[in-house]
Amino acid sequence: MAYGILTEIFFYLFLLLIGFGALVAVSSHILIKAVMGLAMAMFGVAGLYLYLNSPFLALMQILIYVGAVCIMIVFGIMVGYTPRQLAEYAIGPENTILAVITVLLTSGVLLFGLARTQWVKAAGAGSGDYSLAFLGKTLVNRFGLAFELISVVLLIAIVGAVAITWNGKRRGLKSD
Amino acid sequence: MISGNLHTYLVVAVVLLCLGLYGMMQHRSLIGMLISIELILNGAGLNFMAFNRFLAPDPAVGQIFALFIMGLAAAEAAIAVSLIFAVYRKYKTSDPEQISDLRG
Repeated sequence: MAYGILTEIFFYLFLLLIGFGALVAVSSHILIKAVMGLAMAMFGVAGLYLYLNSPFLALMQILIYVGAVCIMIVFGIMVGYTPRQLAEYAIGPENTILAVITVLLTSGVLLFGLARTQWVKAAGAGSGDYSLAFLGKTLVNRFGLAFELISVVLLIAIVGAVAITWNGKRRGLKSD
Repeated sequence: MISGNLHTYLVVAVVLLCLGLYGMMQHRSLIGMLISIELILNGAGLNFMAFNRFLAPDPAVGQIFALFIMGLAAAEAAIAVSLIFAVYRKYKTSDPEQISDLRG
């Protein structure tokens, strides 16, 4: 019983982490702070993955999002922004009003649909094999083609990133 | 038990999506927009995982989809950061308002 209460407390903690982190990420005018908020929100989502029976996905979330993507964004900030630009100057109020209206409408429609929908469970939902071995077997057997394709996509992305930055450097030197 | 309820996760995903949308319109820098996109992608992954856990008969499909979303997000972030890098080299600024000419 005490174990169950502790689980719930940690769940609320993860929810708090997501909410606070996401708020910081979108509202901070200092980009490094925004990245820190993003990392917090991703940690929270990783915690929720634990509750969804998938510790492997939680680990991958921390490794890929918090470990790789956030570091890359920090690199982008260090390279592409001079200290003067680190603090974004204020955006016009009409833009903020439009953003708030859009967000209210979107969330209203989605939450309305969420409340109205009757979710139907498939037979045997939530009782299958959640082990990592089964996940790996499914990934290379049934989803082998998708697995290969995403490998190709990642390779092309890496080569493309290198090509884009290299090209820019050469042109920059020529114009100087 | 709020952690064993499908609606909790869906509401969290809606919150992530809406905050990402807000940030996309509110931020005035390419990096800020990239951060908001990552939030939206996280919400999508959480949605897939929640449906996988509570509704779907096959426990592996949702996890694999969430893994693919992560991989694509990483690739997209790499491309976006390199684009920002190239834009900064060319224009000496990353302010989207000033990057307005087509054949510079």
